[in-house]
Amino acid sequence: MTSMTLNAGAAVPAQDKTNSATDLPNKPATESTSVKTQEDIAETVGSPFCDEAKLRMRNVNVFYGEAQAIHDVSLDIGRNQVVAMIGPSGCGKSTFLRCLNRMNDTIEGCRVEGDLTLDGEAIYGPKVDVVPLRARVGMVFQKPNPFPKSIYDNVAYGPKIHGIASRRAELDEIVENSLRRAGLWDEVKDRLDKPGTGLSGGQQQRLCIARAIAVSPEVILMDEPCSALDPIATARIEELIHELRENYTIAIVTHSMQQAARVSQRTAYFHLGKLVEVNDTETVFTNPEHDLTEAYITGRFG
Amino acid sequence: MTDLTQSNLTQKEVRERIESRLASRHRKEKIFRGFGIASIAFGILAVVVLFTDIISKGSSAFVQTDIELKVTYDPDTLGIDTVDDESLAWANFDAVIRNALRERFPDVSGRRDKRELYSLVSNGAGFELRERLQQNPELLGKTETLWFNADDDVDTYVKSLSKSEEGFLGRTSEQKAGWIKSLLATGELEKRFNTTFFTNGDSREPEQAGIRAALMGSLFTLLVTLALSFPIGVAAAIYLEEFAPKNRWTDLIEVNINNLAAVPSIVFGLLGLAIFINFFELPRSAPLVGGLVLTLMTLPTIIISSRAALKSVPPSIREAAMGMGASRMQVVLHHVLPLAMPGMLTGAIIGMAQALGETAPLLMIGMVAFIVDVPHGITDPSTVLPVQIFLWADSPERAFVERTSAAIMVLLAVLITMNTCAVWLRKKLERRW
Repeated sequence: MTSMTLNAGAAVPAQDKTNSATDLPNKPATESTSVKTQEDIAETVGSPFCDEAKLRMRNVNVFYGEAQAIHDVSLDIGRNQVVAMIGPSGCGKSTFLRCLNRMNDTIEGCRVEGDLTLDGEAIYGPKVDVVPLRARVGMVFQKPNPFPKSIYDNVAYGPKIHGIASRRAELDEIVENSLRRAGLWDEVKDRLDKPGTGLSGGQQQRLCIARAIAVSPEVILMDEPCSALDPIATARIEELIHELRENYTIAIVTHSMQQAARVSQRTAYFHLGKLVEVNDTETVFTNPEHDLTEAYITGRFG
Repeated sequence: MTDLTQSNLTQKEVRERIESRLASRHRKEKIFRGFGIASIAFGILAVVVLFTDIISKGSSAFVQTDIELKVTYDPDTLGIDTVDDESLAWANFDAVIRNALRERFPDVSGRRDKRELYSLVSNGAGFELRERLQQNPELLGKTETLWFNADDDVDTYVKSLSKSEEGFLGRTSEQKAGWIKSLLATGELEKRFNTTFFTNGDSREPEQAGIRAALMGSLFTLLVTLALSFPIGVAAAIYLEEFAPKNRWTDLIEVNINNLAAVPSIVFGLLGLAIFINFFELPRSAPLVGGLVLTLMTLPTIIISSRAALKSVPPSIREAAMGMGASRMQVVLHHVLPLAMPGMLTGAIIGMAQALGETAPLLMIGMVAFIVDVPHGITDPSTVLPVQIFLWADSPERAFVERTSAAIMVLLAVLITMNTCAVWLRKKLERRW
């Protein structure tokens, strides 16, 4: 079925020189050039696979009713790696991300095919319970969506429903640690009982990150976490992603190529539901292999 | 292509076109606002007219003309020696009242005149005396001064005196009017707060008729309705909105629920008669059956409004909870339900208010019967406020006119209280996100 050349040996070790990739071509398109977007993207170029994969996806197809949103995507996400997914709107990167913790289950008529594994265990196996799966694979959404509860309750919610903390003191500790790791503790420690919705947008998003890491997930999925934030809040979140990488595997969907360049080790470029190119971030932004990738990162469309 | 058509016009031409239409745009807006204000004014006017009419007619029912009599608990007149339940049942308390009246007007003679004299006092006065003696047996043989309800004709006449000099005589004779005036002059006849109206059940005699039975009946009926329709309605709404797959069956169910909301209520009454009374043999005229029937009637309202409330909860909250690994039940119970609660409560209160004012289906299950006793439970025969209003509006006695309006006032008061509760609850539960 797949005509992909499986060169799993050509895994690219995670590179830490991400900051060098910030000065990228980002000139706005002077005039709309028509790119041949319908050209057949037969296979993913670059290196979609890696040795020490936390998440392994093979030949993933996603359908919304009759419409196919994802076409035969294969990708590995390495342990303690940040993988950025970029691409024009509607290219399926969010859909793909939501497959990883089965958030697509809640969408009527959504069907996922293919092999997806987390540490070798099938994500879509018949006996898989989504509750523990989502505790292992946390998610941060595009729009900050704290619960209309207190800051404390927001963070404590996950540990509570999963029965992680047995005592109040333990729960307090989890809440404090999570807020500290999300870089929010100093700002909110005096008002933990105030509603989380009363925080600023950037603080809300960090609260959502604190909420997600409170259950000690192994993977964190971020769906455009900074799209509603100002540059300062964005910078803080990016810093945070950087720190979180030591303990977590992170998949992030973003519309900002600078952001992808700053935070990720590997970048996947999606186009019309197909995975066009996966490479280490520096390669994608400096020397993309595929024409479409180049067209996108140079701002010729998107 | 729009670029092309636009570029054919100069900026000046575009501005001119906009300005030429400005006046008509403003005019349309003004007309629309005018219509809005007019309709609101009309609505307020209608409410004011309704309320003034009802209050002006009904407020007089909250006072009742009472008559002061010096009664002697004479054992001979009563025909008893001791005070016990059996002898009290036989005792002639009416004679005591008659004696008291004859004593007050010693020069009245002749059978007809005497009968006229006796009709000054409500014929419930004897029962009042009996109760009093039953509670205070030591009064036997003694004399005391008591206030009794006057007859409804007296009441009507006395109340009409305040409106015009000669008053409305109706069935009252000139002679009786003379007695009444003399009693009024000495202060033995007086308008007092009408406690009977709030403590008694229905009666053929207007001065003894009260709304207590109907009020309690309404209360019990509503309790049954609320206890059944709210949990069932909310559960159905949650299932349909959050759990049920969207397929042809759920579509069919949804269409049918919407249709049920439009079914004439009397049909539910017939259904209740056929199923609850004839098949399950539940007691007739009981708040239990009334509540069951009204539950059927209010369920669609509650389900529809609850579903709307659930729909209005932002999906981001659901996603957030689900992303944390909450099960569907937890998502609903911890996050969706608290946010949807105010809307659900509003729907429930609207349904309850509808149920409170419902008459037709209750006629079918026998709650229209003439019931004097105040119900003490959901299986006691009873009637409800709107049915009571219907019954009194149908009565020929003039004194029932004001009581009808007074009952409407009580019904409106209950409704306003319920709505206030709803607003208060909603404000209390409402959360921002």
